[in-house]
This record gives sequence, structure tokens and C-alpha cells, in this order.
Amino acid sequence: MNRRIAIASGKGGTGKTTIAANLAYLLARLGRQVLYVDCDVEAPNGHIFLHPQIRERRAATTSVPFIDDEHCNHCGQCASFCQYHALLCLPKQVISFPELCHACGGCSHICPQQAISEVPREIGTIELGSAGGIDFASGLLNIGEAMSPPLIRALKNSLAPVETIIVDAPPGTSCPVIESIRDCDYIVLVTEPTPFGLNDLKLAVEMVRALGRPFGIVINRAGFDDRPLFDYCQKEQLSILAQLPDDRRVAEAYSRGELACAVLADFKQRFSALLATMETTLKHPSAAALAGRST
Amino acid sequence: MKIAITAQNPSPESAVDPRFGRAPWLMIYDPNEESWQAIDNSKGLNAAHGAGIQAAQKVADQQAETLITGAIGPKAYRSLTTAGIRIYHGAKGSVSEALQAYRDGALREASADDATGGV
Repeated sequence: MNRRIAIASGKGGTGKTTIAANLAYLLARLGRQVLYVDCDVEAPNGHIFLHPQIRERRAATTSVPFIDDEHCNHCGQCASFCQYHALLCLPKQVISFPELCHACGGCSHICPQQAISEVPREIGTIELGSAGGIDFASGLLNIGEAMSPPLIRALKNSLAPVETIIVDAPPGTSCPVIESIRDCDYIVLVTEPTPFGLNDLKLAVEMVRALGRPFGIVINRAGFDDRPLFDYCQKEQLSILAQLPDDRRVAEAYSRGELACAVLADFKQRFSALLATMETTLKHPSAAALAGRST
Repeated sequence: MKIAITAQNPSPESAVDPRFGRAPWLMIYDPNEESWQAIDNSKGLNAAHGAGIQAAQKVADQQAETLITGAIGPKAYRSLTTAGIRIYHGAKGSVSEALQAYRDGALREASADDATGGV
């Protein structure tokens, strides 16, 4: 059965990549078919821990308007239609700002002169490869690009249909995150017991509830001032999948580009337990729905 | 030749808003009539992207040929210069003081090199 599991968080730096890469590593060690995809295309870092061999690099493009000046009569309908101000109608010409275009195609559709066509524009690179027994995919947004969702969409469209896809999402709760997790079967929200971690977890919980996806919580660097976080999870009846203790050895492994699972036996056990909990939840969709239910 | 000036409030006595795209108001001065008109730019204030472009559309729609503001960003710069609108930046004080400074030749004209959005 194909399934997609997203690792997301409100706050950045809570440990999304650590969790995602370790889960992919464990699944591969269990002989399972797994693909890790780094959707944090503005700052991908999964490759640092998985050390993939890249076998293919391809350009990712998005569609942007091209205006045929001979047929354009500067009526301005395209510019007033575009909600993102990617087109500006001046008395003698229409100019476009391709970096603001969301590629909806509306301008070319409504142009009464049929003076607008859609042309491809490169926005980043997609890399495909493998790391040990793990299939690997990653995207990198070109410097200066304002929007990553079209690249994330192209990246996800280039994935092979393997048994388990682990989606390493960007941080936050905005469009790039939604694009990364919207079609996933299960979402793991990683948080940490700090005021910022809790504040941003609340936003992330609202986001996944709005998407109607089943989800669970992983508390990373647990063990210090956890009370407010537990109180919140209890009040909202959230399922805590795992608590990973704050441990200097994990940070040291991280700083060497090593996976905790690969070098620390006790953490391999903790991640195995997390994987088992997720497997149970995924096998019982009703339980998963319950875990993510709204109060 | 109309002149547009970014303003915090819809009045010539208002302080100049140093931002272009996200200024709440555009004050349009008509030298022939010696009259002012206030254009609501509150949409730009809350835009995620493209605030400067939509404000440039308003300046062009008003047929202003000169803009006075605090600082100008690269997309607004491209929009306004393509429309043939001259940009004078570094304006301070009230809207009417900024107009006087422009007339006295005390404001600098923006170039592509300093269209950085005030950074």
C-alpha cells in the first residue's frame, strides 16, 4: 500500500529533518521500500544526514504569462484580474512580474484579444537519487525566487510510487507547508517544550485540522518545562506519539552529519517505538481520525 | 503635470509616509488647479507581495508624472519608470513640505541603483 507521511512543525528547528531522516533510515533497515523527499526547498538539509548519490538533476519550471504586444490593446482586464499584482497595465503597455505569478492561467483565459500565452520559467532544481536503501528526492529553489509552492508541486509530481514516502516539510503554516502536506495520509507535528514551540504547535494543529488530515505529536528535546505543552495536548486531546529526550549525544551526532538511529542504540529503540505507534495508527484510520479530532 | 506624494493621512498637512507601496494614502497635487486629491491605498498596506506594483498602477491611473516618497523598491521602480513617471525620494516632514522641497530642487531623483525599498 502506498502511503505518504509528512513531518511538519510550526516552529523551525524543532527536529523535522532529524525525525524524517531517522524514520526513513529505520524503514530501510527493516527492508521496506521508502522514499525521503525534502520539501524544504528554501533550505534543504536532509542530504547532510542521508548522504545521497544523486543520479538525476532536472530544472523545475512554472508557467508565466507572455504578452504579445502586437495584439494587446492595454484594456487592463488581466492586471485587474491578477490578485498577486503580477501584471501591470500602463497606458501604452502591459508589463509582467513573473516572480509574483502563481501560474493560475487566469490572465490568458480572460484576455479578450487572446494576446497572452503561457511560457515556462525555471524556478529551481529537482534532485533524485538514493542513499543506502532509501530513495532520495530534494528540491532547491533558485536564489531570489519569492515562491516555493510551484517547485514543491513539481518535486512531488516527480516521485516514484514507493510503499512509504516520508515528506520532510518546510517549517511554518503557510502555503509551502500546505503544498507539502495536503495529500499526505498522516502528519507528524514535531514540537519542543518551549514557549515558541508551544505557540507554533497551536498554529500547526489548527492548520492540519483545517486540512482534515489525521495527525500526531512528537515532542523533541523533552525533559525541561514540559508542563504547558502537556496541558495543551491533554486539553485538545492530541495523541503524543513519542517524547525524545534532550540529549547532548544527539546534538553531537547531528553536528557530525550522523543519524541518531545509526550511532545511538537507545535512540534507535525510541525511533522504532515511534514507528510502531505510527504503523498502528495508520492501520486503524478511525483511531487516527480520533487522534486528530477537534474538541 | 500631476504630482503624487505618499501620505499617512488624506491631507496635505499629513506626514509623508516613507514607504511607497504600503503608504495608506496617495495625495495627488494638480498644479494647474492648485488642488489636492486623496487616493486610498489601504489595499497595499496589507498585500503580501506586489504592494509597490498596485500602488504604481494607481499613480499611473491618476496620470501623475512625478512621484515623491521616502524610499522606493525595485518592482515599483520598474513599474513607475516604465510608465514614464519620475521618482524623487528621501522626502520628509509634511506632504506640503515635501512638495516645496521638490520645487526647491532639494530632493534626489531615484536611480535603479538605490531602488532597494529603503534598505
